[in-house]
Amino acid sequence: MKKDELPKDLSSDELINLYKKMLLIREFEQRITKDTGKIKSPLVHAYTGEEAIAVGACAAINEDDYITSTHRGHGHFIAKGGDINSLMAEIYGKEGGICKGRGGSMHVADFSKNMLGANGIVGAGPPLALGVALASKMRNEGKVVLTFFGDGAANQGMLHESMNLAAIWKLPIIFVLENNKYGWSTPVDYATVIKDLSLRAQGYGMKGFTIDGNDVIEVYKTIKEAVDIARKGGGPTLIECKTYRWQGQTTMDADKYRLTEEKEEWKRKCPIEKFKIRLIKNEVFDRAIIQKIGEDTLEQIDQSVKITKKSPKPDINTVLDDIYKNPMNLGGN
Amino acid sequence: MTEETKTMRGLEAIRLAIEEEMERDDSVFLIGEDIGRFGGAFFVTEGLLDKFGSERVRDTPISENAILGCAVGAAMVGMRPIAEIMFADFLTVCMEMIVNQAAKARYMYGGQISVPVTIRVPFGTGIMGAAQHSQSFESWFMHVPGLKVVLPSNARDFKGLMKTAVRDNDPVIFFENKRAYYQTGEVPLDKNFTIPFGQARKFTEGDDVTIVATGAMVLESINAARKLEAENIHCEVIDPRTLVPLDKDSILNSVEKTGRLLIVDEGCKTCSVSAEIAAIVAEEGFHFLKKRIIRLNTPNVPIPYSPNLEKAIIPNAKLIQENVKKLT
Ligand SMILES: Cc1ncc(C[n+]2csc(CCOP(=O)(O)OP(=O)(O)O)c2C)c(N)n1
Ligand SMILES: [Mg+2]
Repeated sequence: MKKDELPKDLSSDELINLYKKMLLIREFEQRITKDTGKIKSPLVHAYTGEEAIAVGACAAINEDDYITSTHRGHGHFIAKGGDINSLMAEIYGKEGGICKGRGGSMHVADFSKNMLGANGIVGAGPPLALGVALASKMRNEGKVVLTFFGDGAANQGMLHESMNLAAIWKLPIIFVLENNKYGWSTPVDYATVIKDLSLRAQGYGMKGFTIDGNDVIEVYKTIKEAVDIARKGGGPTLIECKTYRWQGQTTMDADKYRLTEEKEEWKRKCPIEKFKIRLIKNEVFDRAIIQKIGEDTLEQIDQSVKITKKSPKPDINTVLDDIYKNPMNLGGN
Repeated sequence: MTEETKTMRGLEAIRLAIEEEMERDDSVFLIGEDIGRFGGAFFVTEGLLDKFGSERVRDTPISENAILGCAVGAAMVGMRPIAEIMFADFLTVCMEMIVNQAAKARYMYGGQISVPVTIRVPFGTGIMGAAQHSQSFESWFMHVPGLKVVLPSNARDFKGLMKTAVRDNDPVIFFENKRAYYQTGEVPLDKNFTIPFGQARKFTEGDDVTIVATGAMVLESINAARKLEAENIHCEVIDPRTLVPLDKDSILNSVEKTGRLLIVDEGCKTCSVSAEIAAIVAEEGFHFLKKRIIRLNTPNVPIPYSPNLEKAIIPNAKLIQENVKKLT
């Protein structure tokens, strides 16, 4: 079999880790969104089909670098090293959740991993990323920020203000645009006239690239380059990753606005399957290892389900905790 | 003559009102995210694209400022846009167009123009929407002179008030309670059926306690009042229906009769609808009161995700019952 170019800076273990992470995200989303009778499905925005972006991008930054996420945040959470037990418990509104059941799926955040939060407001991540990047710059920390947002968010005013400010101050931000072709039901080619959204970068005087978001290596390499530039003070980059979400906008969405053929076509471009074949070709791993990874992944998720089920509901007497850092008397009923 | 009605859900009543007004007046058009082909996040506008075409049912990118800019600007030159902001929570993104533009234009420009825009916003709890998809912002807008604030609680009122909103010549923000979307009611089919702004609706009659409630709290209050009947406590449940203009007289007249007032709304307590109503009654009807006023609100806390936490902070029939008894 013919071997192809895999990045030389990634060891076999690291390559296998990319695969493991993508699979973990996939199986995690499958478990909570498909009714298998093991645990009931809540309302979530599943990341299925887009795994290569979060995983490739987060592999290109350091553990202490930052990310901001979106309403479709489970993948970013896992890719940044968040713990899936506390992620699942959060999605089920349990006390053991990463936000103690207060936030839910749309607000998962792990500040110990510098995962600065999923967000219910489309387009609200990038402005926050400005401040995070600015703090890093002012304190000479050399840390960068990846700010994930969708093709829908790309048309929010907040995003445009953010790109401009990041450019003039040369802030260490990578704008990671996850173009999955739809903002809810609205096709990207209805919502925007240009074909490649990375073209927007030009208008703000930064570099922009459009890449295959289903190729984890391409995502990794492109983000890595942008990160190196940003770390050296070269300012922000916009990277548009073309991809597709396999499931409805949410688990409640009947998804009638997309053609079955289109969905099938993109399933054939599965980022995980593609990468698996590539790793086999390059003799990074073999069927036996793949099998083992698959089993381990499912076991981890089974474990999360168990922990989630055991985790208590939040105590209603604590509902007014955590509003302020410095407690004060709250008005109430 | 008996009124011809049809049983429908709240969201269908709004749709019917919009449809009738679009048929009646060519200057009415819809603008918002996913409202056309998809039919809207809560399917309020489903089917209207097919009926009226994409010129009048306009899907937009995710750009709330542009949506409201478009609607307010068009209204300034004589169109009658109905803009949908998918969740009230996202009003924060486009406050400028509402507060500094729509609300101010008429007065600031010396009465030269009017701004007949209707801004529709689903609001409230009950869908596990957590902190950014559950909020009740209605009182914020009561604080802005130039806006009218409408908050129906049931299908019939949805229809009548939506029609009035569209025909009204001032900017109207129309709060649509998510729970009320799915509750059915008898809705008049008469195309001339409208409900004037500034007229409260009384749901039950009684001499003991006045309960003023808005949105989802109206049904909770009615349920509480029914239970209390069994204990020989008779409550008057009043829904103001429009917060600006507010029907002070209906509230004061009722308090004059009962001498006792309980106010229930879903917004956070501080500077809420209940705060305004309590202040009015304290100021203008103090001499009627035999007991202190009680307000039931969501405490000042972001809406938590976990359903048991959410349930714990939102007023309900049981809490209303208990508090009515404190007044009797
Ligand atoms: C300010 C704001 N407007 C609208 C919404 C409702 N909404 C949630 S997700 C979504 C689509 C977002 O599309 P995109 O940015 O492409 O992300 P994707 O869902 O495709 O990952 C919309 C309209 C929101 N949450 N916030
Ligand atoms: Mg999208």
